[in-house]
This record gives sequence, C-alpha cells and structure tokens, in this order.
Amino acid sequence: MLKVENAVVRYGAITALHGISFEVNQGEIVTLLGANGAGKSTTLRMLSGLHAPSEGQITFDGRDITRVKAHDFSALGISHVPEGRRIFPQMTVEENLDMGAFGRKGSYHDDLERMYSIFPILKERRKQMGGNLSGGEQQMLAIGRALMAQPKLLLLDEPSMGLAPMIVETIFRIIGEIRDSGTTVLVVEQNAAQALRLADRGYVMENGVIAFTDDAQNLLHDPRVRAVYLGESVE
Amino acid sequence: MKDMLRTPLARRIGMTTAVAVLLLIMTGPSGTVYQPTAGVVGSFSARSSFFGLFATQRWVVWLALTLIVTGVIRAVKFLRARVPQVNTVPREAVAAIKAPFRRRSIRFSSYGVVLLVALFIPALISDNFWQQSIVEAIAVYVLLALGLNVVVGFAGLLDLGFVAFYAIGAYVTAWVTGALPLHAPFGVHLDPFWAIPIAIAVAMVAGILLGIPTLRLRGDYLAIVTLGFGEIVTIFLNNLYKVTGGSTGSNQVPHFVFHVGPLKYAWGLGPVPYYYLTLGFVVLFLLAFSRLEHSRVGRAWTAIREDEVAAESLGINPLKFKVMAFAIGAASAGFAGVMTAAQTNFLSPQTFLLSVSINVLVLVIFGGMGSIIGVLVGAALVQFLLTYLDHYAPYGFQPADIYIYLGALLVATMIFRPAGLIPAKRRRREIAMAEAGEGHMDELLTGDTP
Repeated sequence: MLKVENAVVRYGAITALHGISFEVNQGEIVTLLGANGAGKSTTLRMLSGLHAPSEGQITFDGRDITRVKAHDFSALGISHVPEGRRIFPQMTVEENLDMGAFGRKGSYHDDLERMYSIFPILKERRKQMGGNLSGGEQQMLAIGRALMAQPKLLLLDEPSMGLAPMIVETIFRIIGEIRDSGTTVLVVEQNAAQALRLADRGYVMENGVIAFTDDAQNLLHDPRVRAVYLGESVE
Repeated sequence: MKDMLRTPLARRIGMTTAVAVLLLIMTGPSGTVYQPTAGVVGSFSARSSFFGLFATQRWVVWLALTLIVTGVIRAVKFLRARVPQVNTVPREAVAAIKAPFRRRSIRFSSYGVVLLVALFIPALISDNFWQQSIVEAIAVYVLLALGLNVVVGFAGLLDLGFVAFYAIGAYVTAWVTGALPLHAPFGVHLDPFWAIPIAIAVAMVAGILLGIPTLRLRGDYLAIVTLGFGEIVTIFLNNLYKVTGGSTGSNQVPHFVFHVGPLKYAWGLGPVPYYYLTLGFVVLFLLAFSRLEHSRVGRAWTAIREDEVAAESLGINPLKFKVMAFAIGAASAGFAGVMTAAQTNFLSPQTFLLSVSINVLVLVIFGGMGSIIGVLVGAALVQFLLTYLDHYAPYGFQPADIYIYLGALLVATMIFRPAGLIPAKRRRREIAMAEAGEGHMDELLTGDTP
C-alpha cells in the first residue's frame, strides 16, 4: 500500500535519512522504532509532505507521491496525527473534529457519531475547549480528528508521548480497533514494548538507516531490541 | 533616603508627577529649530485657563488635573476593597441582563437601531465640517479597519502596508476616470461609480500578487515585507510623475454619477450623499465579512491561526487561504480608495503614507482583533475623537501630536483590554493563552518542529 524506496532526506548539509526503504501493506499495523535522533520523526515528516526527500521514491496505492504537498495528503487518504498532538486549543472538541472533515464533501455526521462511540469521553467533553483537555483526551481527539478524513492509512507520531501507562494502554487498544475496522496504521514509537505487542511488523532505525526488520513477535524477543529498547542487558 | 524612595507612596507620587509632566509637555507649545527648549519652557510657564474658572500657569492646571484623576482612581479602588458586595454583582444577574442579547431577534433589532441612528446622523448634524468628516475621516476608516480586520483578526497576518491597497483603489479610480497623466484605458473616461468594481478588482489582484510570494513568511518577516510594499507603492506614486502626476497627484477626479437608462443620480459637492453610499457599502461589507467568519473559509483561517502545521495536515492549504484573506481585505480598502478619490476630487501620495497603515492597525487592535462589531465601534469612536481633537484643539492640543495620542491609546489598550474594546470570544482566549506562554499562537518560528 505504502512503499518507500531509497529515500534520502537532507536538512541543508546534514543528511538525516541515508536511503531508507520500507513498506506498509493493507490492513497491517507497522511500527517504526528507534532512539532519539534515529530519524523516525524525519521519516514521518517525509511521509506527510512536510519535507520532500531529495532522492528516492514514495508510492501509495501504486501512485508516486514523492512530491505531493502536505495539504494534499489527506485527500490521498493518508492522515497524520502529528507529534505533540497539535489540536486546536481554542476550538471545542466538536469543532476540532469538524476540522478533520475539512476536505470532505457532503455530510459527515455519521462519522462524528462514530468518533463519539470510539471515544466516549470526547462526547462528554464536546463543548469544551481542546486546550482544556488532559493529555490523553487530547491524544484521542487528535486521532479522532485524523480519522474524520476517512483515511486509508493513519500515521501516528509518538502517540504515547507524555501519557500515563494506563492511558497508553487504552490508546493502543483503540489503535488496534481502528485497524480492525479497516484502516492501515503506521506508528512511530519510543515505547517499543507497547508498540511491538500491538504491531504486525516492525522496523528498527539507527542513525538514519533501517538497521533491521522482522515480525513484531520476533523483534519483541530479539536480544538487540531487548538490549536497546526494552532496557535489558545482553546475556 | 533610598528606603524612603521605595515606599509605595513615594512611587505613586513619582508616577503621578511624571504623568503630569508628560501630559504638560505633550500638550504644550512647540519649540523651534533655533530655540529647541522653548517648547518645554513654554509648556511650564505659559498661562492657561483652569476649566474656564481662572487663569493660571499651565503646570498648575495639569498637575491638578492629574492629581484629581489619580485621587478618583484611588478612591474607587479603596471603596471597592472596603465594600466588596457593592461591586460583586451575582453571576446570575449578569447572565440575566446578557441573556436577551443572545437571542437572535433582539440582537438583530439592536443592529437595526444602530443602523437607524447611522441613517439619521447627517440630519442630526448640520455642521458642514462634521458632515464632511463622517465620510472622510470616519466612514472611510471604518471600511479600512473592517478590511484589515479580515487580514489581522481572522487570518492572523500582520500587515503593515495596508495603505497600499487603499492607494491602489484611489489611483485606479483616477486612472479610469481620466484624471491621471496616464491615459484612461481605451480612452474611455468612466464615471467613478463604475470605477468601484474595477478598483475593487485591481486591489484584490494586487493582494493576490503580493500575497503569493510573501505569505510563506510568518510573523515579523511578513510584517516587514508588507511594510516595504506600502512604502514602495507610495514612492512609485511620488516618482512616476508621468503616470501618477507625481507629488501633486491629481485634482481632476469627477464626482459619482449613476446613470442607467432612465435612472440618473449625480453626487455633487455635498458630503451627505457620499455618506449614504459609503454607509451602504459598510453594511454590505459587514454582512459579507460576518458571513465569511462562520463559513468554511473562516474556519480554515481560525485553524491556520491556531496551528498552521495541524491545519496543513488536515488538508487545508495555508497559502491559499492566507492569499484569500489578503485579497478580501484589499477589496474593502480598494473601495475606500474610490470613495476618498471621488468625494474629495483630489488625490496625492501624501494621503497614502505609512501613518495610515499604522492608524488603521491601531483601530483594529483597539476595537478587538477578529471582532467585527468591536472594530466597527472602535474605529468610529477613535476616528471621531481624533477628528475632534484635530479640529477644535482643546486644552492646547497640537494636531501634529495626534500619533502620540494614538500610541498612548495603543499602550493603554494592550495593558487594560488586550483583546480590544469588544473582544472576539475566541481571540480573547487565544491572547490569554499567548500571554501565559501556552499554545502555538504568535510563534515566530517557521512553525516546523524538526
């Protein structure tokens, strides 16, 4: 469904991604792991059109989308839940969700109801300002807002960032449900254990390259992953 | 000694004296190049009437005035602290008073009353000076402020060169009516009435042309570029004398004539018909802009203002909507230009200086960025006061000092009502957040977190 081939991204003289390749297939949850500065965020910026690769190609459903602009991504069927959630602080929850459907034509009332059934807390808070929500609620709102565009592929950037473990648990359960209802998911995470338990496959990034890849179950038991991301010493 | 100066009382006395001296010098006579201190000395020693009661030194008048005002403020504060129940009106009571205004029918009928008053103003004032001023100084500036409010208030773009669109509107009018050295297009001299759509269209195109390259910039950078654009336009008007008439401009712009079939109406020298024409357009722009605010476009502007990156990820093209704001704002400035040119028959680059941009920006900020009704009321109020001060020069007021007062008004607004006279709800919360250092508002970064 999404295919990245030999993508190189440069920030001026600095090369952040040294030719990475990976793919995400229909119906999968794929996770991209890596330490700080490994290039995860740059990869997502590239996949949301904020920073075009200087070499390589990105295809989505067989279409070349390497040079597509950021604001055209949601029309393609790719929705991005940005790092730090970035909800509109002075809009109500409902207005935030409305904005998610900005590019759509016709009524989206059913989807609004669907979001409220996935995230009942948002229904309770729907007249409240986005900026007054807790971190977990904001994350749910950010996901809900992205889903309002009816994406085929959902990109999640660090959905667990700054959230309590119990809320992370809930959010990951919901991400699983989103996949089950037909949306493919690519999730970038620092919380490797959570991400791998949820995902089908994983890619591990180091210093701007993809170091290795495997099924999520195998990665979860891979000593290299356990050493670096799950805080275990190598026996 | 040092400790004595640090007491609240000493500070208060110091502040009061400083304010008194400042006002004294500001309102006093001006010095000259040869006697630069004469203004300051004269400000103290000159005699003036004390509220028409008796004559005394100016400094006595101003010190007394400042002390009285400070005394009243202190007394009110003191009483408030002592008798809290007097001022704490129960929330329910406030809500009960406000409630009817939330009802649509009442809100609309209050607009109707305002409109009726506006319709009868020319009949209430017979003074030719004021009839002239309500068009020239008030209605035209209300139009400008409404237009800039779309750019600054709705889309959150700081435009310091708004006067450029005003100038373009006026000069296009002069051009198509054959009042400029540059020949009118196709040699046809139109009536200014038909210049209205042309001037609006040209101003909008200018907005788009300026917007496309510059609106990728943000915050300070955009302000500087638009400032430059405003200056460039004025310099062009001054120097392209074969096209624009140079610094003397033109005094050949004809009055409005409306002539379609059997219908014919000519706007003559009197300002009143111009007032009604402008009022009609103010109402038109007012309706259009308030519809726009709650439309899809308005929502996109809000989203871009609050978080541009998030807006982009939801499929909003920020550049497109920002350019749209520029063009729409330019439309009302272009129309204001037509009015100025046709009503005064005269135009020169001296009418379109940077100070106009600043003046209009102050009106928007004072009224309340993003609040149409606030900008309307604020602009009319401030322009009325400025015109009054300029014309009657009470208490030794110097018309040349107008911008000092405008600056003081801006500072006072920022301190006491940062969201403006009648704040827009959402804007008030955004400003409160920006003050607390939260949120993404007014970020001067490129907005992209690497």
